[in-house]
Amino acid sequence: MTVAVASGKGGTGKTTVAVALVLSYDRNSVLLDCDVEEPNAGFFLRSKSIKKEEFSVPVPVIDAAKCNLCGRCADFCSFNALALAGSKILVFRDLCHSCGGCSLICPQNAVMEEKNIIGEIHSAESDKIFFVEGTLKIGKAMSPPLIREVKKYGKGENLTVIDCPPGNSCPMITAVRGADYVVLVTEPTPFGRHDLSLAAETVSEMKIPLGVILNRYGSGYKGVEEFCEKRGIEIILKIDEDIKIAQAQSEGKTILDVCPEMKDKMCGIVDKIQKGLTK
Amino acid sequence: MKELVVISGKGGTGKTSITASFAVLSKNSVVADCDVDAADLFLVLNPKMITSGKFISGKKASIISEKCLSCGKCFYLCKFDAVSYDDLTGKYVICDTACEGCGVCAAFCPAGAISFTERECGEWFISKTSHGTMVHARLKIGAENSGKLVSLVRKIAREEGVKEKAEKIIVDGPPGIGCPVIASVTGSDAVFAVTEPSLSGKHDLERVSELVGHFNLPLFACVNKWDVNPEITLEIEKFCVKKGIFFCGKIPYDKNVTKAQIEGKSVVEYDESPAAREISKIWGNLCGKIL
Repeated sequence: MTVAVASGKGGTGKTTVAVALVLSYDRNSVLLDCDVEEPNAGFFLRSKSIKKEEFSVPVPVIDAAKCNLCGRCADFCSFNALALAGSKILVFRDLCHSCGGCSLICPQNAVMEEKNIIGEIHSAESDKIFFVEGTLKIGKAMSPPLIREVKKYGKGENLTVIDCPPGNSCPMITAVRGADYVVLVTEPTPFGRHDLSLAAETVSEMKIPLGVILNRYGSGYKGVEEFCEKRGIEIILKIDEDIKIAQAQSEGKTILDVCPEMKDKMCGIVDKIQKGLTK
Repeated sequence: MKELVVISGKGGTGKTSITASFAVLSKNSVVADCDVDAADLFLVLNPKMITSGKFISGKKASIISEKCLSCGKCFYLCKFDAVSYDDLTGKYVICDTACEGCGVCAAFCPAGAISFTERECGEWFISKTSHGTMVHARLKIGAENSGKLVSLVRKIAREEGVKEKAEKIIVDGPPGIGCPVIASVTGSDAVFAVTEPSLSGKHDLERVSELVGHFNLPLFACVNKWDVNPEITLEIEKFCVKKGIFFCGKIPYDKNVTKAQIEGKSVVEYDESPAAREISKIWGNLCGKIL
Protein backbone atom coordinates (compact mmCIF):
# COMPACT_ATOMS: atom_id res chain seq x y z
CA MET A 1 0.00 0.00 0.00
CA THR A 2 1.32 3.44 -0.93
CA VAL A 3 0.31 6.47 1.13
CA ALA A 4 1.28 9.91 -0.16
CA VAL A 5 1.57 12.71 2.40
CA ALA A 6 0.93 16.04 0.69
CA SER A 7 -0.37 19.47 1.63
CA GLY A 8 -0.77 22.35 -0.80
CA LYS A 9 0.58 24.79 1.77
CA GLY A 10 4.19 24.34 2.81
CA GLY A 11 5.34 23.85 6.38
CA THR A 12 2.15 22.24 7.68
CA GLY A 13 3.87 19.07 8.89
CA LYS A 14 4.05 16.69 5.91
CA THR A 15 7.51 15.44 6.84
CA THR A 16 6.51 15.13 10.52
CA VAL A 17 3.60 12.90 9.57
CA ALA A 18 5.45 10.88 6.91
CA VAL A 19 8.31 10.09 9.30
CA ALA A 20 5.93 9.28 12.18
CA LEU A 21 3.98 6.87 9.97
CA VAL A 22 7.00 4.74 9.05
CA LEU A 23 8.58 4.90 12.52
CA SER A 24 5.32 3.72 14.10
CA TYR A 25 4.73 0.89 11.67
CA ASP A 26 5.77 -2.50 13.04
CA ARG A 27 6.69 -4.18 9.80
CA ASN A 28 9.06 -3.29 6.97
CA SER A 29 8.31 -0.05 5.20
CA VAL A 30 9.71 2.34 2.65
CA LEU A 31 9.91 6.12 3.02
CA LEU A 32 10.43 8.12 -0.17
CA ASP A 33 11.38 11.77 0.19
CA CYS A 34 9.99 13.24 -3.01
CA ASP A 35 10.30 16.85 -1.83
CA VAL A 36 13.44 16.93 -3.94
CA GLU A 37 13.81 20.73 -3.93
CA GLU A 38 14.13 20.73 -0.16
CA PRO A 39 14.42 17.15 1.15
CA ASN A 40 14.30 17.11 4.96
CA ALA A 41 12.97 13.71 6.05
CA GLY A 42 16.53 12.39 6.41
CA PHE A 43 17.11 14.64 9.43
CA PHE A 44 14.61 12.62 11.42
CA LEU A 45 15.75 9.08 10.64
CA ARG A 46 18.87 7.71 12.19
CA SER A 47 19.66 5.71 9.11
CA LYS A 48 22.77 4.16 7.62
CA SER A 49 23.64 5.29 4.15
CA ILE A 50 23.71 2.57 1.48
CA LYS A 51 24.50 4.41 -1.70
CA LYS A 52 24.44 7.77 -3.42
CA GLU A 53 24.07 8.05 -7.17
CA GLU A 54 23.86 10.91 -9.60
CA PHE A 55 20.67 11.13 -11.59
CA SER A 56 20.60 12.47 -15.11
CA VAL A 57 18.07 12.97 -17.86
CA PRO A 58 18.79 12.58 -21.57
CA VAL A 59 19.10 15.84 -23.52
CA PRO A 60 19.87 16.40 -27.21
CA VAL A 61 23.29 17.08 -28.63
CA ILE A 62 23.58 17.94 -32.32
CA ASP A 63 26.03 16.13 -34.56
CA ALA A 64 27.23 19.13 -36.59
CA ALA A 65 28.64 16.87 -39.33
CA LYS A 66 25.18 15.45 -40.06
CA CYS A 67 23.01 18.52 -39.32
CA ASN A 68 21.87 20.43 -42.41
CA LEU A 69 20.28 23.24 -40.35
CA CYS A 70 16.73 22.50 -41.53
CA GLY A 71 15.50 23.63 -38.09
CA ARG A 72 12.76 21.02 -37.77
CA CYS A 73 13.95 20.04 -34.29
CA ALA A 74 13.65 23.64 -33.11
CA ASP A 75 10.19 23.99 -34.70
CA PHE A 76 9.05 20.78 -33.09
CA CYS A 77 10.28 21.45 -29.56
CA SER A 78 7.37 22.61 -27.40
CA PHE A 79 9.69 23.83 -24.68
CA ASN A 80 11.99 26.12 -26.68
CA ALA A 81 14.97 23.97 -25.76
CA LEU A 82 16.35 24.15 -29.30
CA ALA A 83 16.88 27.17 -31.53
CA LEU A 84 18.32 27.69 -34.97
CA ALA A 85 20.83 30.52 -34.67
CA GLY A 86 22.70 31.30 -37.86
CA SER A 87 24.85 28.33 -38.72
CA LYS A 88 24.17 26.42 -35.56
CA ILE A 89 21.44 24.71 -33.52
CA LEU A 90 21.59 25.91 -29.93
CA VAL A 91 20.53 23.52 -27.16
CA PHE A 92 19.19 24.89 -23.87
CA ARG A 93 19.61 21.77 -21.79
CA ASP A 94 17.69 22.92 -18.75
CA LEU A 95 14.56 23.67 -20.75
CA CYS A 96 14.48 20.16 -22.22
CA HIS A 97 11.76 17.78 -20.97
CA SER A 98 13.49 14.74 -22.53
CA CYS A 99 10.48 13.86 -24.69
CA GLY A 100 12.68 12.56 -27.49
CA GLY A 101 10.74 14.46 -30.16
CA CYS A 102 13.74 16.22 -31.71
CA SER A 103 15.59 13.01 -32.40
CA LEU A 104 12.46 11.37 -33.84
CA ILE A 105 11.73 14.30 -36.15
CA CYS A 106 15.29 14.91 -37.45
CA PRO A 107 15.49 13.74 -41.10
CA GLN A 108 19.31 13.62 -40.89
CA ASN A 109 19.60 11.50 -37.78
CA ALA A 110 21.75 14.27 -36.37
CA VAL A 111 20.27 14.44 -32.87
CA MET A 112 22.20 12.36 -30.37
CA GLU A 113 21.65 12.11 -26.63
CA GLU A 114 23.83 13.11 -23.73
CA LYS A 115 23.30 13.22 -20.00
CA ASN A 116 22.24 16.25 -18.03
CA ILE A 117 22.78 15.60 -14.32
CA ILE A 118 19.86 17.14 -12.46
CA GLY A 119 20.23 15.62 -9.03
CA GLU A 120 21.16 12.82 -6.75
CA ILE A 121 19.44 9.77 -5.32
CA HIS A 122 20.41 8.63 -1.88
CA SER A 123 19.25 5.41 -0.28
CA ALA A 124 19.66 4.46 3.35
CA GLU A 125 18.43 1.92 5.83
CA SER A 126 17.47 1.96 9.48
CA ASP A 127 15.93 -0.91 11.36
CA LYS A 128 12.77 -1.73 9.43
CA ILE A 129 12.81 1.34 7.19
CA PHE A 130 14.24 1.61 3.71
CA PHE A 131 14.68 5.29 2.94
CA VAL A 132 15.25 6.95 -0.42
CA GLU A 133 15.61 10.67 -1.03
CA GLY A 134 16.07 12.69 -4.17
CA THR A 135 17.97 15.97 -4.09
CA LEU A 136 17.58 18.38 -6.99
CA LYS A 137 20.80 20.05 -8.05
CA ILE A 138 20.86 23.80 -7.35
CA GLY A 139 19.91 25.80 -10.43
CA LYS A 140 18.00 22.94 -12.09
CA ALA A 141 14.37 23.79 -12.71
CA MET A 142 12.75 20.48 -13.43
CA SER A 143 12.01 18.16 -10.54
CA PRO A 144 9.40 15.70 -11.97
CA PRO A 145 11.90 13.29 -13.64
CA LEU A 146 13.82 12.99 -10.35
CA ILE A 147 10.59 12.46 -8.42
CA ARG A 148 9.56 9.71 -10.86
CA GLU A 149 12.92 8.02 -10.32
CA VAL A 150 12.68 8.11 -6.51
CA LYS A 151 9.21 6.56 -6.75
CA LYS A 152 10.61 3.53 -8.56
CA TYR A 153 12.04 2.40 -5.22
CA GLY A 154 8.62 2.15 -3.66
CA LYS A 155 7.35 -1.18 -4.83
CA GLY A 156 6.52 -4.37 -3.05
CA GLU A 157 6.56 -3.41 0.62
CA ASN A 158 3.67 -3.57 3.06
CA LEU A 159 3.78 0.17 3.42
CA THR A 160 5.36 2.83 1.24
CA VAL A 161 5.05 6.43 2.42
CA ILE A 162 5.76 9.33 0.07
CA ASP A 163 6.78 12.69 1.52
CA CYS A 164 5.51 15.02 -1.25
CA PRO A 165 6.57 18.54 -2.23
CA PRO A 166 4.23 21.42 -1.32
CA GLY A 167 1.96 23.07 -3.87
CA ASN A 168 -0.55 21.70 -6.35
CA SER A 169 1.33 21.72 -9.64
CA CYS A 170 3.52 19.25 -11.55
CA PRO A 171 5.94 18.24 -8.74
CA MET A 172 3.11 17.51 -6.28
CA ILE A 173 1.06 15.68 -8.92
CA THR A 174 4.05 13.60 -9.99
CA ALA A 175 4.70 12.61 -6.38
CA VAL A 176 1.07 11.75 -5.62
CA ARG A 177 0.24 9.87 -8.85
CA GLY A 178 -0.28 6.14 -8.38
CA ALA A 179 -0.68 6.34 -4.57
CA ASP A 180 -3.51 4.32 -3.03
CA TYR A 181 -4.36 7.00 -0.51
CA VAL A 182 -3.41 10.61 0.11
CA VAL A 183 -3.07 12.21 3.53
CA LEU A 184 -3.36 15.99 3.28
CA VAL A 185 -1.78 17.77 6.23
CA THR A 186 -3.03 21.24 7.01
CA GLU A 187 -3.32 23.76 9.84
CA PRO A 188 -6.30 25.67 11.23
CA THR A 189 -5.74 29.01 9.49
CA PRO A 190 -7.27 30.72 6.43
CA PHE A 191 -4.10 29.89 4.42
CA GLY A 192 -4.34 26.28 5.56
CA ARG A 193 -7.97 26.06 4.52
CA HIS A 194 -7.46 27.67 1.13
CA ASP A 195 -4.47 25.54 0.17
CA LEU A 196 -6.24 22.41 1.46
CA SER A 197 -9.19 23.17 -0.80
CA LEU A 198 -6.86 23.35 -3.83
CA ALA A 199 -4.96 20.19 -2.87
CA ALA A 200 -8.19 18.29 -2.21
CA GLU A 201 -9.52 19.31 -5.61
CA THR A 202 -6.29 18.15 -7.29
CA VAL A 203 -6.35 14.78 -5.51
CA SER A 204 -10.05 14.28 -6.24
CA GLU A 205 -9.41 14.97 -9.91
CA MET A 206 -6.80 12.19 -9.79
CA LYS A 207 -9.49 9.94 -8.26
CA ILE A 208 -7.46 8.95 -5.20
CA PRO A 209 -9.15 8.63 -1.80
CA LEU A 210 -7.97 11.16 0.77
CA GLY A 211 -8.11 12.13 4.42
CA VAL A 212 -6.97 15.18 6.36
CA ILE A 213 -4.64 15.57 9.32
CA LEU A 214 -5.22 18.87 11.09
CA ASN A 215 -1.93 19.88 12.66
CA ARG A 216 -1.29 22.61 15.28
CA TYR A 217 -4.91 22.33 16.35
CA GLY A 218 -6.26 24.94 18.75
CA SER A 219 -6.15 28.32 17.01
CA GLY A 220 -9.90 28.65 17.33
CA TYR A 221 -10.37 28.90 13.56
CA LYS A 222 -13.05 26.49 12.38
CA GLY A 223 -12.73 26.96 8.60
CA VAL A 224 -10.86 23.73 7.93
CA GLU A 225 -13.41 21.61 9.81
CA GLU A 226 -16.27 23.38 8.04
CA PHE A 227 -14.65 22.79 4.67
CA CYS A 228 -14.09 19.10 5.39
CA GLU A 229 -17.63 18.61 6.60
CA LYS A 230 -19.08 20.32 3.55
CA ARG A 231 -16.98 18.20 1.20
CA GLY A 232 -17.43 14.95 3.10
CA ILE A 233 -13.69 14.64 3.75
CA GLU A 234 -12.73 12.80 6.89
CA ILE A 235 -10.36 14.42 9.40
CA ILE A 236 -8.37 11.34 10.40
CA LEU A 237 -6.31 13.00 13.12
CA LYS A 238 -5.93 16.28 15.00
CA ILE A 239 -2.54 17.12 16.47
CA ASP A 240 -2.64 19.83 19.16
CA GLU A 241 -0.52 22.95 18.84
CA ASP A 242 2.40 22.43 21.21
CA ILE A 243 5.61 24.43 21.17
CA LYS A 244 7.42 21.38 22.56
CA ILE A 245 6.77 19.55 19.27
CA ALA A 246 8.20 22.48 17.29
CA GLN A 247 11.27 22.61 19.53
CA ALA A 248 11.89 18.87 19.25
CA GLN A 249 11.46 18.96 15.48
CA SER A 250 13.82 21.89 15.14
CA GLU A 251 16.70 19.74 16.40
CA GLY A 252 15.85 16.61 14.46
CA LYS A 253 13.71 14.80 17.02
CA THR A 254 10.40 13.34 15.92
CA ILE A 255 6.91 13.87 17.22
CA LEU A 256 7.10 10.33 18.68
CA ASP A 257 9.93 11.48 20.97
CA VAL A 258 7.68 14.12 22.53
CA CYS A 259 4.27 12.47 22.23
CA PRO A 260 4.75 8.68 22.55
CA GLU A 261 0.99 8.22 22.30
CA MET A 262 1.26 9.24 18.63
CA LYS A 263 2.67 5.79 17.79
CA ASP A 264 -0.70 4.10 18.36
CA LYS A 265 -2.51 6.86 16.54
CA MET A 266 -0.26 6.53 13.48
CA CYS A 267 -0.65 2.72 13.49
CA GLY A 268 -4.38 3.24 13.73
CA ILE A 269 -4.30 5.48 10.67
CA VAL A 270 -2.40 2.89 8.62
CA ASP A 271 -4.83 0.14 9.70
CA LYS A 272 -7.81 2.28 8.92
CA ILE A 273 -6.54 3.22 5.46
CA GLN A 274 -5.77 -0.43 4.71
CA LYS A 275 -9.21 -1.56 5.81
CA GLY A 276 -10.88 1.21 3.87
CA LEU A 277 -9.02 0.24 0.71
CA THR A 278 -9.77 -3.46 0.91
CA LYS A 279 -13.44 -2.86 1.66
CA MET B 1 12.01 50.91 -9.34
CA LYS B 2 13.45 48.01 -7.32
CA GLU B 3 12.05 44.51 -7.24
CA LEU B 4 12.32 42.56 -3.98
CA VAL B 5 11.46 38.85 -3.99
CA VAL B 6 10.53 37.06 -0.76
CA ILE B 7 11.31 33.34 -0.74
CA SER B 8 12.15 30.69 1.84
CA GLY B 9 13.24 27.33 0.53
CA LYS B 10 11.25 25.50 3.16
CA GLY B 11 7.51 26.09 2.98
CA GLY B 12 5.41 27.57 5.75
CA THR B 13 8.08 29.77 7.32
CA GLY B 14 5.94 32.91 7.12
CA LYS B 15 6.71 34.38 3.67
CA THR B 16 3.16 35.49 2.98
CA SER B 17 2.49 37.00 6.43
CA ILE B 18 5.72 38.99 6.13
CA THR B 19 5.14 40.02 2.51
CA ALA B 20 1.66 41.28 3.40
CA SER B 21 3.15 43.35 6.23
CA PHE B 22 5.79 44.77 3.88
CA ALA B 23 3.04 45.72 1.42
CA VAL B 24 1.28 47.62 4.20
CA LEU B 25 4.44 49.29 5.54
CA SER B 26 5.73 50.28 2.14
CA LYS B 27 4.50 53.47 0.59
CA ASN B 28 4.09 53.45 -3.14
CA SER B 29 4.74 49.87 -4.18
CA VAL B 30 3.11 47.16 -6.25
CA VAL B 31 2.76 43.73 -4.69
CA ALA B 32 2.82 40.51 -6.73
CA ASP B 33 1.84 37.02 -5.53
CA CYS B 34 4.05 34.58 -7.43
CA ASP B 35 3.24 31.52 -5.33
CA VAL B 36 0.78 30.72 -8.09
CA ASP B 37 -0.11 27.19 -7.09
CA ALA B 38 -0.96 28.10 -3.50
CA ALA B 39 -1.59 31.85 -3.65
CA ASP B 40 -2.70 33.11 -0.25
CA LEU B 41 -1.78 36.79 -0.17
CA PHE B 42 -5.31 37.81 -1.19
CA LEU B 43 -6.61 36.38 2.10
CA VAL B 44 -4.89 39.13 4.10
CA LEU B 45 -4.71 42.01 1.61
CA ASN B 46 -8.36 41.77 0.52
CA PRO B 47 -7.94 42.92 -3.07
CA LYS B 48 -10.74 44.20 -5.31
CA MET B 49 -10.27 42.88 -8.82
CA ILE B 50 -9.97 45.45 -11.61
CA THR B 51 -8.78 43.44 -14.62
CA SER B 52 -8.18 39.80 -15.33
CA GLY B 53 -6.94 37.65 -18.17
CA LYS B 54 -6.54 34.05 -19.20
CA PHE B 55 -3.17 32.38 -19.01
CA ILE B 56 -2.77 30.22 -22.09
CA SER B 57 0.46 28.31 -22.15
CA GLY B 58 1.62 25.18 -23.85
CA LYS B 59 -0.55 22.55 -25.41
CA LYS B 60 -2.10 19.26 -24.49
CA ALA B 61 -2.77 16.10 -26.40
CA SER B 62 -5.96 14.11 -26.46
CA ILE B 63 -6.99 11.04 -28.41
CA ILE B 64 -9.98 11.22 -30.72
CA SER B 65 -11.43 7.87 -29.82
CA GLU B 66 -13.29 7.25 -33.15
CA LYS B 67 -10.09 7.64 -35.14
CA CYS B 68 -7.82 5.62 -32.81
CA LEU B 69 -6.64 2.31 -34.31
CA SER B 70 -5.34 1.06 -30.94
CA CYS B 71 -1.87 0.52 -32.42
CA GLY B 72 -0.22 1.69 -29.20
CA LYS B 73 2.44 3.85 -30.81
CA CYS B 74 1.59 6.80 -28.54
CA PHE B 75 1.84 4.52 -25.52
CA TYR B 76 5.38 3.47 -26.48
CA LEU B 77 6.56 6.95 -27.45
CA CYS B 78 5.29 8.86 -24.41
CA LYS B 79 8.10 9.49 -21.92
CA PHE B 80 5.74 10.74 -19.23
CA ASP B 81 3.52 7.66 -18.74
CA ALA B 82 0.59 9.81 -19.75
CA VAL B 83 -0.94 7.27 -22.15
CA SER B 84 -2.79 4.24 -20.87
CA TYR B 85 -4.88 1.48 -22.39
CA ASP B 86 -8.53 1.43 -21.47
CA ASP B 87 -9.62 -2.21 -21.16
CA LEU B 88 -13.28 -1.29 -21.41
CA THR B 89 -13.15 0.49 -24.77
CA GLY B 90 -10.02 -1.16 -26.18
CA LYS B 91 -8.62 2.31 -26.95
CA TYR B 92 -5.78 4.39 -25.62
CA VAL B 93 -6.41 7.48 -23.47
CA ILE B 94 -4.21 10.39 -22.36
CA CYS B 95 -4.19 11.53 -18.76
CA ASP B 96 -4.53 15.31 -18.63
CA THR B 97 -2.47 15.87 -15.51
CA ALA B 98 0.38 13.64 -16.73
CA CYS B 99 0.67 15.09 -20.26
CA GLU B 100 3.55 17.57 -20.45
CA GLY B 101 2.51 18.84 -23.88
CA CYS B 102 5.54 17.73 -25.91
CA GLY B 103 3.49 16.77 -28.98
CA VAL B 104 5.39 13.58 -29.81
CA CYS B 105 2.28 11.36 -29.75
CA ALA B 106 0.31 13.76 -31.98
CA ALA B 107 3.14 14.08 -34.50
CA PHE B 108 3.73 10.35 -34.85
CA CYS B 109 0.23 8.89 -34.59
CA PRO B 110 -0.24 6.97 -37.88
CA ALA B 111 -4.00 7.56 -37.81
CA GLY B 112 -3.85 11.29 -37.08
CA ALA B 113 -6.07 10.52 -34.12
CA ILE B 114 -4.45 12.82 -31.58
CA SER B 115 -5.41 16.46 -31.27
CA PHE B 116 -2.83 18.88 -29.89
CA THR B 117 -4.48 22.07 -28.73
CA GLU B 118 -3.68 25.10 -26.62
CA ARG B 119 -4.16 24.67 -22.95
CA GLU B 120 -5.65 27.20 -20.59
CA CYS B 121 -3.46 26.96 -17.52
CA GLY B 122 -4.88 29.64 -15.29
CA GLU B 123 -5.91 33.25 -14.80
CA TRP B 124 -4.18 36.43 -13.72
CA PHE B 125 -5.64 39.48 -11.97
CA ILE B 126 -4.80 43.12 -11.38
CA SER B 127 -6.47 44.28 -8.20
CA LYS B 128 -6.58 47.23 -5.83
CA THR B 129 -5.98 46.91 -2.11
CA SER B 130 -6.07 49.70 0.45
CA HIS B 131 -2.27 49.72 0.20
CA GLY B 132 -1.85 49.85 -3.54
CA THR B 133 -1.97 47.64 -6.59
CA MET B 134 -1.70 43.88 -6.36
CA VAL B 135 -1.05 41.45 -9.21
CA HIS B 136 -1.91 37.82 -8.60
CA ALA B 137 -2.87 34.65 -10.41
CA ARG B 138 -4.43 31.26 -10.08
CA LEU B 139 -2.91 28.21 -11.69
CA LYS B 140 -5.55 25.76 -12.84
CA ILE B 141 -5.78 22.50 -10.93
CA GLY B 142 -3.13 20.13 -12.21
CA ALA B 143 -1.84 22.59 -14.80
CA GLU B 144 1.69 22.83 -16.12
CA ASN B 145 3.86 25.88 -16.63
CA SER B 146 3.76 27.51 -13.22
CA GLY B 147 7.14 29.09 -14.04
CA LYS B 148 5.71 30.87 -17.06
CA LEU B 149 2.76 32.14 -15.04
CA VAL B 150 5.20 33.51 -12.46
CA SER B 151 7.08 35.36 -15.22
CA LEU B 152 3.80 36.75 -16.54
CA VAL B 153 2.70 37.99 -13.10
CA ARG B 154 6.07 39.71 -12.63
CA LYS B 155 5.87 41.30 -16.07
CA ILE B 156 2.38 42.69 -15.40
CA ALA B 157 3.51 43.94 -11.97
CA ARG B 158 6.44 45.79 -13.58
CA GLU B 159 4.12 47.38 -16.15
CA GLU B 160 1.77 48.52 -13.37
CA GLY B 161 4.74 49.76 -11.38
CA VAL B 162 5.96 51.88 -14.29
CA LYS B 163 2.47 53.34 -14.85
CA GLU B 164 2.15 54.28 -11.19
CA LYS B 165 5.76 55.39 -10.81
CA ALA B 166 6.08 52.91 -7.94
CA GLU B 167 9.32 52.76 -5.95
CA LYS B 168 9.21 49.04 -5.34
CA ILE B 169 7.72 45.78 -6.44
CA ILE B 170 7.34 43.30 -3.61
CA VAL B 171 7.04 39.70 -4.76
CA ASP B 172 5.69 36.86 -2.62
CA GLY B 173 7.60 33.89 -4.00
CA PRO B 174 6.96 30.13 -3.93
CA PRO B 175 8.72 27.60 -1.69
CA GLY B 176 11.48 25.33 -2.96
CA ILE B 177 14.34 26.05 -5.37
CA GLY B 178 12.89 24.74 -8.65
CA CYS B 179 11.20 26.14 -11.72
CA PRO B 180 8.78 28.71 -10.18
CA VAL B 181 11.45 29.95 -7.74
CA ILE B 182 13.97 30.43 -10.53
CA ALA B 183 11.28 32.26 -12.51
CA SER B 184 10.60 34.47 -9.47
CA VAL B 185 14.17 35.58 -8.78
CA THR B 186 15.70 35.84 -12.28
CA GLY B 187 16.32 39.48 -13.11
CA SER B 188 15.07 40.86 -9.78
CA ASP B 189 17.07 43.34 -7.69
CA ALA B 190 17.19 41.61 -4.33
CA VAL B 191 16.02 38.43 -2.63
CA PHE B 192 14.78 38.21 0.94
CA ALA B 193 14.72 34.75 2.55
CA VAL B 194 12.46 33.97 5.50
CA THR B 195 13.65 30.96 7.42
CA GLU B 196 12.95 29.22 10.72
CA PRO B 197 15.35 27.94 13.36
CA SER B 198 15.35 24.23 12.63
CA LEU B 199 17.73 21.80 10.94
CA SER B 200 15.33 21.79 7.99
CA GLY B 201 15.07 25.57 7.85
CA LYS B 202 18.84 26.01 8.01
CA HIS B 203 19.49 23.35 5.38
CA ASP B 204 16.91 24.91 3.06
CA LEU B 205 18.39 28.40 3.57
CA GLU B 206 21.78 27.02 2.57
CA ARG B 207 20.29 25.72 -0.67
CA VAL B 208 18.46 29.00 -1.29
CA SER B 209 21.66 30.97 -0.75
CA GLU B 210 23.45 28.77 -3.28
CA LEU B 211 20.65 29.29 -5.79
CA VAL B 212 20.63 33.06 -5.31
CA GLY B 213 24.43 33.06 -5.62
CA HIS B 214 23.97 31.27 -8.93
CA PHE B 215 22.07 34.32 -10.19
CA ASN B 216 24.45 36.78 -8.60
CA LEU B 217 21.77 38.58 -6.60
CA PRO B 218 22.08 40.20 -3.18
CA LEU B 219 20.49 38.05 -0.47
CA PHE B 220 18.87 39.28 2.74
CA ALA B 221 17.48 37.02 5.45
CA CYS B 222 15.50 36.87 8.67
CA VAL B 223 14.59 34.09 11.10
CA ASN B 224 10.93 33.69 11.99
CA LYS B 225 9.91 32.18 15.37
CA TRP B 226 13.57 32.51 16.39
CA ASP B 227 12.97 31.74 20.07
CA VAL B 228 11.75 28.21 19.21
CA ASN B 229 15.44 27.33 18.97
CA PRO B 230 17.90 30.13 19.89
CA GLU B 231 20.96 27.92 19.25
CA ILE B 232 20.05 27.21 15.64
CA THR B 233 19.09 30.87 15.19
CA LEU B 234 22.63 31.77 16.22
CA GLU B 235 24.03 29.22 13.78
CA ILE B 236 21.93 30.74 10.99
CA GLU B 237 23.19 34.23 11.88
CA LYS B 238 26.77 32.97 11.72
CA PHE B 239 26.08 31.27 8.41
CA CYS B 240 24.75 34.58 7.05
CA VAL B 241 27.85 36.48 8.16
CA LYS B 242 30.06 33.85 6.57
CA LYS B 243 28.18 33.91 3.26
CA GLY B 244 27.77 37.68 3.03
CA ILE B 245 24.00 37.46 3.53
CA PHE B 246 22.64 40.60 5.15
CA PHE B 247 20.85 39.47 8.31
CA CYS B 248 17.88 41.81 8.86
CA GLY B 249 16.44 40.53 12.12
CA LYS B 250 14.59 37.82 14.00
CA ILE B 251 10.89 37.59 14.68
CA PRO B 252 9.69 35.97 17.91
CA TYR B 253 7.10 33.20 18.09
CA ASP B 254 3.89 35.16 18.53
CA LYS B 255 0.32 33.89 18.42
CA ASN B 256 -0.77 37.28 17.08
CA VAL B 257 0.60 36.25 13.67
CA THR B 258 -2.05 33.52 13.39
CA LYS B 259 -4.72 35.73 14.96
CA ALA B 260 -4.07 38.45 12.39
CA GLN B 261 -4.45 35.94 9.56
CA ILE B 262 -7.72 34.65 11.00
CA GLU B 263 -8.98 38.24 11.08
CA GLY B 264 -7.92 38.64 7.44
CA LYS B 265 -5.29 41.26 8.29
CA SER B 266 -1.56 41.60 7.96
CA VAL B 267 0.48 41.25 11.15
CA VAL B 268 1.40 44.95 11.32
CA GLU B 269 -2.22 46.07 10.95
CA TYR B 270 -3.58 43.72 13.60
CA ASP B 271 -1.88 44.76 16.79
CA GLU B 272 1.20 46.31 18.34
CA SER B 273 2.52 42.78 18.84
CA PRO B 274 6.19 41.83 19.33
CA ALA B 275 6.16 40.16 15.90
CA ALA B 276 4.70 43.30 14.28
CA ARG B 277 7.39 45.51 15.86
CA GLU B 278 10.18 43.24 14.61
CA ILE B 279 8.72 43.04 11.10
CA SER B 280 8.64 46.85 10.95
CA LYS B 281 12.26 46.97 12.07
CA ILE B 282 13.26 44.41 9.43
CA TRP B 283 11.46 46.42 6.75
CA GLY B 284 13.39 49.50 7.81
CA ASN B 285 16.67 47.60 7.60
CA LEU B 286 15.79 46.25 4.16
CA CYS B 287 14.76 49.63 2.74
CA GLY B 288 17.96 51.16 4.02
CA LYS B 289 19.97 48.60 2.07
CA ILE B 290 17.95 48.28 -1.11
CA LEU B 291 17.13 51.89 -1.91
